[in-house]
Amino acid sequence: MSVTTEDVRRIARLARIAEPTERLEALTQELNGILTWIEQLDEVDTDGVEPMTTPVKFPLPQREDKITDGGIRDDVLANAPKSEEGFFVVPKSVE
Amino acid sequence: MSDLLSLSLADVTAKLKAREVSATELAETALQAAEASQPALNAFCAFDRDLTMTMAKASDAKLAKGEGGLLEGAPLAIKDLFAVKGVETTASSNILKGFKPRYESTVTEKMWAEGGVFLAKTAMDEFAMGSSNKTACTGHVVSPWRAEGSNKGLTPGGSSGGSAAAVSADLCFGATGTDTGGSIRQPAAFTGTVGAKGTYGRCSRWGAVAFASSLDHPGPIAKTVKDSAILMQAMAGHDPKESTSLPLDVPDFVAACGRSVKGLKIGVAKEYRVDGMPEEIDALWQQGIDWLKAAGCEIVDVTLPHTKYALPTYYIINPAEASSNLARYDGMRFGQRVEGADLTDTYEKTRGQGFGAEVQRRILMGTYVLSAGYYDAYYLKALKVRRRILEDFENAFEKVDAILTPSTPSAAFALDAQFTDPIQMYLNDVFTVTANIAGIPAMSVPAGLDASGLPLGLQVITKALDEETMFAVGAALEDSAGFTAKPNKWW
Repeated sequence: MSVTTEDVRRIARLARIAEPTERLEALTQELNGILTWIEQLDEVDTDGVEPMTTPVKFPLPQREDKITDGGIRDDVLANAPKSEEGFFVVPKSVE
Repeated sequence: MSDLLSLSLADVTAKLKAREVSATELAETALQAAEASQPALNAFCAFDRDLTMTMAKASDAKLAKGEGGLLEGAPLAIKDLFAVKGVETTASSNILKGFKPRYESTVTEKMWAEGGVFLAKTAMDEFAMGSSNKTACTGHVVSPWRAEGSNKGLTPGGSSGGSAAAVSADLCFGATGTDTGGSIRQPAAFTGTVGAKGTYGRCSRWGAVAFASSLDHPGPIAKTVKDSAILMQAMAGHDPKESTSLPLDVPDFVAACGRSVKGLKIGVAKEYRVDGMPEEIDALWQQGIDWLKAAGCEIVDVTLPHTKYALPTYYIINPAEASSNLARYDGMRFGQRVEGADLTDTYEKTRGQGFGAEVQRRILMGTYVLSAGYYDAYYLKALKVRRRILEDFENAFEKVDAILTPSTPSAAFALDAQFTDPIQMYLNDVFTVTANIAGIPAMSVPAGLDASGLPLGLQVITKALDEETMFAVGAALEDSAGFTAKPNKWW
């Protein structure tokens, strides 16, 4: 499988990355190079193999459902690009 | 005073304990050496002199009372991926410029609890994506090593290249790294230092900037195998804040370094002999086999048939996880924001300008392999091959206690080396990436020099939860190799 510059433009949009038009051609070539290289995985027989999502062999731990953190508004806001009166300030998202 | 900096971590903590040197004097000496190295090596990206001296004074107070932990009073460098409270932490990316965490990573918290003294943050490939340290937003890190008769700048390797350069140049007594595909072991091999990672989950990822979560392993870069064991002893342990942290007690890694390797079965896999591998790498591997034989080990041929599929598998899983993890950098809650015409435009400009080229490439790749219609063909297929690779190791470890391989397919390359395509850079991790895919312990030990006087490493891989055998075999290789070479100080 390979991608076109139009595909790359669409992927960049999905990933919310502004890619200048003049970068698209080079990116398409790079991604196609990698995609061709990883096609060799088709040689591996994986019939009936369970996908491996993690090397962890322990069950996912659960803890008591109670609040263990909080009351740190100023810490949470300390690194915000913009904040006002205890809130994040973000561009308008609802018309 | 500066001679002190060439001591190992084990030796300097003994001197501190004996009050032959104070932690404050040592911290001052290390800070001066580190600052003086900056124009040439550029290994560090953030200092906090007040924090360093406060921690050193606290160590002196404890040492004066005959108290103190494993690392008491030793200045240590921290890869810029770990949150250190109040100190700028950027993962060497412009998108996090100015980010000062209000919390401490579990790994560094454990190190400080054992008396370690924060020296500085070390630069890395942006978001740990790379093997050369050329993509740090603070500029290239330059290796303290140079080829004989040459002044050409060499890579310290990556992504933990700043840490490896700092340890190799005797600017600190050890450093943290993270290893997602080889990012501790490859720079360790390139700089004549020891680099180790434990079983997946042995060292908590909490407070470390997430890259590819199922592959990320924090670990130490150190001057000796014993030092690496001391550091991992301090860094490891169960963390209730991290759901993949191993709920197990930490074995005595330091004691394991003194264990006999007599009678151990050491596996050698023909699949690690790759096309175009320099003759000297092959010769070093054979030398390692001979050393372990002489130490009483039995050498056993093993087969790891899916080895050649490890890198392509990695370059599906890694970008997939990275693209998900890096979705958080949206310019809203922390990090840099580039204002646009509307919300979407702001996201796109923030990420387009904040991320470097390799980071963007990985996010795009990951977005693609996870997108509707391609998920099964790429991502699901890779997860299945991942299990095949794990099974190869499980089969091999039914017959052997450890596997010996070269650490890298070459010595350090020049900083101005041109790679025509990204895959050439990816191939640096051909021997290391398998241990991340399987989540098993692996370390690189300096074992010799190539024809131009540059360090080469050997890698020891063991089964899950058996770091002790890794340290024992690593220590045996270190004893046999007697590697004492140091870079000539030119910085």
